[in-house]
Amino acid sequence: MTPAALLEQARRVAQAAEIYAYSNLETSASFEANRLKQLNTRQTQGFSLRLIVDGRIGFANASGTGGQGLVEAALETAPFGNRAHFQLPPAQAHPRVSTWDSKVEKFTVEAMAALGQSMVDQVRQHSPEVMVDAGIIKNAATIELLNTAGLRARYRKTTFSLYLEGTLIRGTDMLFVGDGESACRLIPDGRQVVEATILQLERAKRQAPAPKGKVPVLFSPRGVAAALVMPLMSAFNGRTVLQGASPLGHRLGERVFDRRLSLWDDATVAHRPGSRPWDEEGVPSQRTPLIQDGVVANFIYDLQTAGQARAKSTGNASRMGGGLLPTPNASALVIAPGKVTTAQMLKGIKEGLLVERLIGAGQGNILGGDFGGNVLLGYRVEGGQVVGRVKDTMISGNVYEALKEMAALGDQPEWVGGMLHTPPILCHSVSVSSKG
Amino acid sequence: MSAPHDLPGREEIEAALRGHQADYAELRLETGESTRLIYRGRELEDIGKASSQGGCARALVRGAWGFISFNDLRDLRDKVALAARQASLVGREESRLAPIPAAVDDVPARVVQDPAGVPLAEKKRLLDEYNEIIWATPKVQTSNITYSEGRRQVVFASSGGSYIQQGRLDLSARIAVVARDGSEVQQAGVSIGSHGDYSFIQGLHQEVKGLAQRAVDMLAAPHLTGGEHTLICDPVLAGVFVHEAFGHLSESDFVYENQQMKEIMVLGRRFGGKHLNIVDGAALPNLRGSYKYDDEGTPAQKTYLIREGILVGRLHSRETAAKMGEKPTGNARAINYHFPPIVRMTNTIIEPGEAKLEDMLAGVKDGVYAKNWYGGMTSMEMFTFSAGEAYRIRNGKIAELLRPVVLTGNVFTTMEHIDAIGNDLDVNEGGGCGKGMQMPLPVSNGSPHIRIRQCLIGGKAP
Repeated sequence: MTPAALLEQARRVAQAAEIYAYSNLETSASFEANRLKQLNTRQTQGFSLRLIVDGRIGFANASGTGGQGLVEAALETAPFGNRAHFQLPPAQAHPRVSTWDSKVEKFTVEAMAALGQSMVDQVRQHSPEVMVDAGIIKNAATIELLNTAGLRARYRKTTFSLYLEGTLIRGTDMLFVGDGESACRLIPDGRQVVEATILQLERAKRQAPAPKGKVPVLFSPRGVAAALVMPLMSAFNGRTVLQGASPLGHRLGERVFDRRLSLWDDATVAHRPGSRPWDEEGVPSQRTPLIQDGVVANFIYDLQTAGQARAKSTGNASRMGGGLLPTPNASALVIAPGKVTTAQMLKGIKEGLLVERLIGAGQGNILGGDFGGNVLLGYRVEGGQVVGRVKDTMISGNVYEALKEMAALGDQPEWVGGMLHTPPILCHSVSVSSKG
Repeated sequence: MSAPHDLPGREEIEAALRGHQADYAELRLETGESTRLIYRGRELEDIGKASSQGGCARALVRGAWGFISFNDLRDLRDKVALAARQASLVGREESRLAPIPAAVDDVPARVVQDPAGVPLAEKKRLLDEYNEIIWATPKVQTSNITYSEGRRQVVFASSGGSYIQQGRLDLSARIAVVARDGSEVQQAGVSIGSHGDYSFIQGLHQEVKGLAQRAVDMLAAPHLTGGEHTLICDPVLAGVFVHEAFGHLSESDFVYENQQMKEIMVLGRRFGGKHLNIVDGAALPNLRGSYKYDDEGTPAQKTYLIREGILVGRLHSRETAAKMGEKPTGNARAINYHFPPIVRMTNTIIEPGEAKLEDMLAGVKDGVYAKNWYGGMTSMEMFTFSAGEAYRIRNGKIAELLRPVVLTGNVFTTMEHIDAIGNDLDVNEGGGCGKGMQMPLPVSNGSPHIRIRQCLIGGKAP
């Protein structure tokens, strides 16, 4: 069935209805143990139907079944569904956002294979004993949204991602390095990813004892993504706020963070994987300040949570790939850069830690703002120098303490995984514990 | 044997696999439906149904794989051909797969109490009861309850002559309570699951009440100082420990092409004391990680990974087994038709020893007793796992509640530091394992109480 036919069928039995239709064609080349191992093609298509009956929301998703039985399934759930606190949006103007690059579509599997192999080879040239896995993934998606308020919208998006994952084993010591990059346009060479990986290998050549107690910790852009973003995004999510579970819920307009800290969500930035002209229920994309000069400025909402909070949707509805009801989620996050170079920040550290990657960072009390985990990749900083990699080390802190007064904010922002644009952040004092 | 309703028939599937320029080819077709109920706070925020139909073709040519997944089940032959063509673009070596017997079988889903026989209104009423208990607890800020049930029918056919249909009914739930006092926010939760028995979600009223109270109590609980502590894990947390600390390292796809890793994971290496025995196997019956055949058609088994402290086995797909000269163990699993099978755990268990919990506690003057789980992650060598609740042990007795703790370890030392293994095996079925993009895969983890000396626990510096 076509989306339009499904919508017509739903219109007859519901006060309001919406069809979200998606199709993806993903191709990937996977490298294992330094060589190309597998080519994958993944075709996905499906429909989601959200409808409102007697003021309550019903929902069903179907992939591969052509949409038969979709309306009946959604109708079955509606009597138990949540009350709808919104009206579906009509057709309206939305920003032009670049999400398509025909070069991605045209990039052949042979070219993907060659790009991946050159990335693997460059890392191996630097360190012949490293075992490298890598992947090049391209995707072309079509997203279509139709509703009974008259919206008929459609856009296409390409994404192109590459990653490197290197393993270096000496005795029972394992070192994991790597980086990834993702955009809506072709990334013609893997230079940034290769260079980041090689820098990690250089810095990790020697081991060093971890500092202990409360010490200054410099989070690289990857470290910021690993440690600090999850608790922040939980607190700025309108749903957490509505539940009264956000530590920031009652602090709109208050200065909670360092004056130098500004953070916004922006789905209109060109070519980011989270970019889009409208969100996944048809609300135009916008730039939403979350922290403005240290002050809590906004929370992110979709239509339902905005309706419940008597706020306005910020265009942050996300369906997590299609199969779920919309929920608020960040699209592309940007932290404004500061003025201090990485070299200057390092120079100011007598004894501390540079944190790049963590494991187990999501396992603490994220809701309460805690961050922490085992330092999978991090280095001891001593007398302003990176002196070696630390092992068997945990960090533990809380974003509301760590970001209340930052020691310094870096001047060189980077995209991490295409989702977060951030400079390095130096925190005064984070708890570090280690073996021995 | 006929194919399930809506899927192409056996003849069509088998014909689609014939006559390709490939060393091996397979098709896996699937239909499924699922229902979920998600409460956030007092309201049932999300109730939805999903149905899905799709498949995948995989081909091996000169040592490399081509894989195609699709929703459109027409023209299966062309899809196998495309997979073979992709593989031939890459392949430069010899294809090697460990032999398995061709199997023709029809395995119905295990159904003890069928959720399909329980009206949606009744499921909601039960979850409403739990939610009411939570909300009746003072200082509770909010609750999150997720229930899901999924039914799948999978047909697997290979150029090796296998044609296997398997049904599966998987159930899981998580109940979490958020308590708040001013700017302090704490969370307590429990994850449960079942292979085919809806009764797993019934009769939890007392447990939910305890959970809500614990979230509130945590608000006033003291922080543990980070550092090395003696740790006793309850069976649930010890199950997560064995999964993260050792299970992932046993997955041969991390090992089979890495010479250095092979040297580390050489059979015969000692990892722990004589009291340490670890097994994994889908042949352990009726658990969430149980099945009759894996997603390459290999019969399920029970594999000893550690016997009396010594590494004696590992988990294999057909390819990793062939390349390491070992036997396939039936651990090649795919979360659904969008993914090729990779080496995964199933039901991973530390076998019980002889120690009694009282005796384990009696040997600890100052330590931590940790129960329940929140999460876990590994990088092979180093791993973390987090406890849902933690208590101080003082002079051999469980004392005050602590804030939740995150624990970390190093597989080469932490396993050796297990100095006592209890006699009280229990299996947790609330787990969902993630690897690659494939998560959450149903698994179970089990263990008796274990005691670990010098375990590194994260926390505030003094």
